[in-house]
Amino acid sequence: MRLNKIILSFVSALVILFSTSVASFAKVVGDKIILGAAISLTGKYSSNGVHTQNGYNMAVDRINSMGGVKVGGKTYKFDIIYYDDESNPKRAAQLAERLISQDGVEFMLGPYSSGLTKAIAPVTEKYGVPMVEANGASRSLFTKGYKYLFAVLAPANLYLDVAIETAVELNGGKPVRIAQAFEQDAFSQDVRLGILDAAERTGSKIIIDDKLPKELNDMAATLVKVKQMKPDVLVVSGHTKGALTAIRQIAEMKVDVPMLAMTHCDAAKLSKQHGKNSQYALCASQWHKSLTYKDDFFKDGMTYAADFEKEFGYDPPYQSAESSAALLVFKDAFERANSFDQKKVRDALAATNMQTFYGNIKFAPGGQNVDKPMVLFQVMCDASGSCENKVVAPLKWASAKLIHPIPKWSER
Amino acid sequence: MDFLVFQYPMITVQACLDGILLGVLFALIAYGMALQWGVMNIINIAQGDLVILGGYIAYFMYLYGIHPAWGVIVAPVIMYFVGIAIYKLVINKVVDRDLFISILATFGISILFMQLMNFAFGADVVLANSGYGTTMLFDSNVVLPNSKIFSAFISILFAVCLVIYMKKSKLGRAIRATAQNTRAAKILGVDTEKVYAATFGINAALCGVAGALISITFTIHPYMGLPYTIRSFMIVIVAGLGNLPGVAMSGMGLGVFEEFADYILGTEFRIGSVFLLLVLILVYRRFKLSRKREYLK
Repeated sequence: MRLNKIILSFVSALVILFSTSVASFAKVVGDKIILGAAISLTGKYSSNGVHTQNGYNMAVDRINSMGGVKVGGKTYKFDIIYYDDESNPKRAAQLAERLISQDGVEFMLGPYSSGLTKAIAPVTEKYGVPMVEANGASRSLFTKGYKYLFAVLAPANLYLDVAIETAVELNGGKPVRIAQAFEQDAFSQDVRLGILDAAERTGSKIIIDDKLPKELNDMAATLVKVKQMKPDVLVVSGHTKGALTAIRQIAEMKVDVPMLAMTHCDAAKLSKQHGKNSQYALCASQWHKSLTYKDDFFKDGMTYAADFEKEFGYDPPYQSAESSAALLVFKDAFERANSFDQKKVRDALAATNMQTFYGNIKFAPGGQNVDKPMVLFQVMCDASGSCENKVVAPLKWASAKLIHPIPKWSER
Repeated sequence: MDFLVFQYPMITVQACLDGILLGVLFALIAYGMALQWGVMNIINIAQGDLVILGGYIAYFMYLYGIHPAWGVIVAPVIMYFVGIAIYKLVINKVVDRDLFISILATFGISILFMQLMNFAFGADVVLANSGYGTTMLFDSNVVLPNSKIFSAFISILFAVCLVIYMKKSKLGRAIRATAQNTRAAKILGVDTEKVYAATFGINAALCGVAGALISITFTIHPYMGLPYTIRSFMIVIVAGLGNLPGVAMSGMGLGVFEEFADYILGTEFRIGSVFLLLVLILVYRRFKLSRKREYLK
């Protein structure tokens, strides 16, 4: 009997402890708005997961130190509960459940990558938890009719279609011949769909259409085809592996192609890892520090980049910038909703129309940001071999003129 | 499906050369696996991860301003001791158990290595630049990166040295004796424990060489090991154990087959076609064996 009593009291103590700890984590406690995020701090996405976390933290500190969020005449500060999703979609979905049902989080920030966002979105949708995400660009996220998902970034299918249009323009408005190689993952395949659309729009022809395996580290076969068939544009998307492999093998095999368009150049640190060999590569980016968008918190891209470098010791990739922007969107929505009611905040988010240092933000009914074009930069190197990314399109922000066609290897 | 191979005949030459150069490198990794499998009856799932670790050694040398090609000397030395350490810590406890236990153990080592490498070196994809340039053949219609030629040459060099070592040295003879009959070897005074440790070390050293070469020719990443394990597994299955010329031939054959599958079926079927080939070979072998059995009856 006594043992039973001990067990009973132990269990009830645990229950009490547990329920108080849940209460202390609830959405808004005292003057704190608590957001939840599952982030890849370990596993294959950990580098970009850390960029995402740094972006979130930078914005939280900045907003808190500049007066916080004003709701109902009271000032609140942001706080974030992070969990490590180990770069694993299943784990991410479990953690989202845990954040919402155990920790009582009522507002979420997105994870890193389209795949993980896809895993979390059904959970936040089920509980009606508004989620502002900054690192899931796959088009399929925005065609499912999610009501509580908002993405500050442009969808994946818009990544490189600017490149095709630019190529057609430079070809005197005549269609071009496109060679493309894409990894078989949700993101890259969406980029591919964008290219297919652009090709159809411009009447261009796709002459090579390769799908690269997930563990790609050799695309010699694709490049041999490119060498023989001489397309006008070569498009490659396969995350950092794809970008690094493409540049290495293009240089080694001396493949001449008038335009080379890629994704993930800055994440791959192309100009650092490959130096002059990466010259003239055209890269799609969500953001570049030289853009002249402005806001009250980070001023502009250049200031953001300088502040970020001071705090974290490296130049911010766009993954960090867009993550910071997500917090600005949340703050703006809370203040306009003037409430912590999830429905009201959701409606306020849907009506967002603002400018941040990262770009204009306005959500389509599907949740994607339709007010921010992608930028293209080109890797340009000087005689000493030091390389820099310079924005070449859209023309409004261009800090350099696009070099086209790419000089032949024999002439470099 | 388009038949570029027929439209552009030079592609055939390119595919053969690419395949052979790639295949030789795979054969080196597979040889290590075959050695270990034959001697210790262990299928090492962590083979690919040892390769990647070797790659990181060369990469760090490159980061500190040493030419990564020196990695083919430094990586095997370090990896030999890593191999011995793994043997002493884990493998010697499973070496006499059945195959399933050893697969589980090496699978665990594989996961551990992946996570440790990710923790220590970060999840970025990296590479080491050798700056070796390119060889152009046939009016520059066929291009061969010198780094690939270098890696094939080094692979062959190491394989040849190893074969000679196995034939001539005392340890080599002991290893071969243990592979043929462990019990008899023991009775005749071979310290099989030592032989096992040395075999595991030699395998890890071979992986180190291959890894250094891969960091020069391709890219490395903590989670990229598995494809190398699978490929070497396949080469060994096709060639059979203890058949070095077989391993070399099946490595090169597989390389060429992969390249052609890429051109004819498309890049997306590259790995798939290799698996299909594996199934066909296994079915054929079974068929051949069953005929032999009938004959014996």
